[in-house]
Amino acid sequence: MVGEKTFSRRIFQISNAVFFFIVCVACLMPIIQVLSISLSSSAAVAAGRVILLPSELTFRSYEHILRREEFWQAMGISSVRVFLGVSFGMLMTILMAYPLSKPSSVFCARTVLMWLLIFTMLFSGGIIPTFMIVKYTGLMNNILSLVIPSSIQAFNIILLTNFFRAIPRDLEESAYMDGAGSFRILFSLYVPLSLPALTTLIVFTMVFHWNSWFDGLIYMTDARLYPLQTFLQTILVTPNLTMVTRATAELMRVVSDRTLMAAQIFVAAIPICLLYPFLQRYFVAGIMLGGVKE
Amino acid sequence: MMRISQKLKRQIPLFVMVLPPCIILLVYFYGPMFGLVMAFQRFTPADGFFGSEWVGLENFHKIFEMHDVPRVIGNTFKIATLKIISDTLAAIVVAILLNEITNRFLKKTVQTIIFFPYFLSWVILGGVFRDVLATDGLVNILLEYIGVAPIRFLSDPAIFPWTLVATQTWQITGFGMIVFLAAIVSIDPVLYEAACIDGACRLRQIWYITLPGMSTTIVLMLILSMGYVLNAGFDQILNLYSPIVYETGDVIDTWVFRMGLRRAQFSIATAFGLFRSLVSLILLTVAYYIAYKKYDYRVF
Repeated sequence: MVGEKTFSRRIFQISNAVFFFIVCVACLMPIIQVLSISLSSSAAVAAGRVILLPSELTFRSYEHILRREEFWQAMGISSVRVFLGVSFGMLMTILMAYPLSKPSSVFCARTVLMWLLIFTMLFSGGIIPTFMIVKYTGLMNNILSLVIPSSIQAFNIILLTNFFRAIPRDLEESAYMDGAGSFRILFSLYVPLSLPALTTLIVFTMVFHWNSWFDGLIYMTDARLYPLQTFLQTILVTPNLTMVTRATAELMRVVSDRTLMAAQIFVAAIPICLLYPFLQRYFVAGIMLGGVKE
Repeated sequence: MMRISQKLKRQIPLFVMVLPPCIILLVYFYGPMFGLVMAFQRFTPADGFFGSEWVGLENFHKIFEMHDVPRVIGNTFKIATLKIISDTLAAIVVAILLNEITNRFLKKTVQTIIFFPYFLSWVILGGVFRDVLATDGLVNILLEYIGVAPIRFLSDPAIFPWTLVATQTWQITGFGMIVFLAAIVSIDPVLYEAACIDGACRLRQIWYITLPGMSTTIVLMLILSMGYVLNAGFDQILNLYSPIVYETGDVIDTWVFRMGLRRAQFSIATAFGLFRSLVSLILLTVAYYIAYKKYDYRVF
């Protein structure tokens, strides 16, 4: 009987392993294929000879796109955006979360503000009125349009509020008795004590800002101001806008729109790929911390 | 008297703190809500929210006379519902089977790989799938090996919604998997030991212990996703669709975007957006209310 049991268990284990092998291959295959295309010559790609492995290995596509000024410009704007977005967003989150973590008896506007915040999770004006407000407040073609409206994320604020609330009140009271003001208490007591939660939020926000593209598309009318993802989006959805304009015949044999596109996709994904082990850890922690995040 | 004024004095710094985020909240979240008045106007950006001509419900009448509007609403419901079913099922299956892997290193590696696509933007994934799912792309090359005729995943209107469902499930399963794995981990191991002594095999244990143990989380996730049934995946669709597949792939959000910001029909687009926001508000409120009452789920 014991032998039979371990036998069926083995079959189960093996089929399970096969299942996950297939799932993992399916998860990685599209990305590996695009990487291989970016590293192959256009002739090999056109002939359909690139199947998960590069054929006629070349870095010419990368050389070509990395020489484009627009690409570096977009990369620069994205980096500035991530930096400003994370620092400003975290500041706003902290400033709002601390008063909200106080009971109504200590901060009388707590309930009203909390409901104002929660309501933004249930209802919104939608893209057109939001666009108009951004326009009327003079943020069009300004990098702040990508930073200020997205600095308030109800979910993040609530998550931090809950974290602040778990900090013992005695700590605060004794700091207050020692003459520390609210700002002092917040920035030298609450913030250091909440580093695990804050790191998680910083990681969320970093990924959010790096991956955002739609706001850049609508708030920037000048294509030179596009962040990388928006820049990429506009060339991906209008693929006939050929990139190989001043190309020589020799170059055409090695690079094509398809290999260049693949190279750009991959370059835009590199920061995420490099930071992934770190990102993953904090996202898993964040999901556990906040229950469910859609 | 003294006590009260002192109490108020202690609140002043809290109000100072909350002021900057509150201004942003009021301007960029409640401002647009006020801006919804443009749904009842013949809005022009030059005249603004206060100066544009009022037209009552004219924009709403116009919308429901447009021939593509019922189709767009239908597509939204269909695509979103299929996605909810597919995403949830995939995440449950993957979480349960992953939990059965005993080797810790292997388990961690598989989890890492499955979660990865979740971190890539739909711009990048749109580019990836436009290449891989093209008629001469990898998937069709592989299908050719097993003798299947090329499938136009992105340009055949009959297939496009399924492409949307499949690619989204591919991207998001890792997220659901993490949530469900957390539910499985919280099941009391004593139950498994007892089942083991009673001679229940692994499959029976999954059926009688793991699944019931996750059922609360499953139902909760389904209820919450009910609130997002008008959210068919704007980012994804905008990066994968094309005019050829509007018939089956165009959803409310993409329609509003094109009508409002590409064709500058601000009021009509906003009217449809308002309709969508109101229905979503009702659905979300009901969903969160049920989740709170039945399962004590709270975000705050």
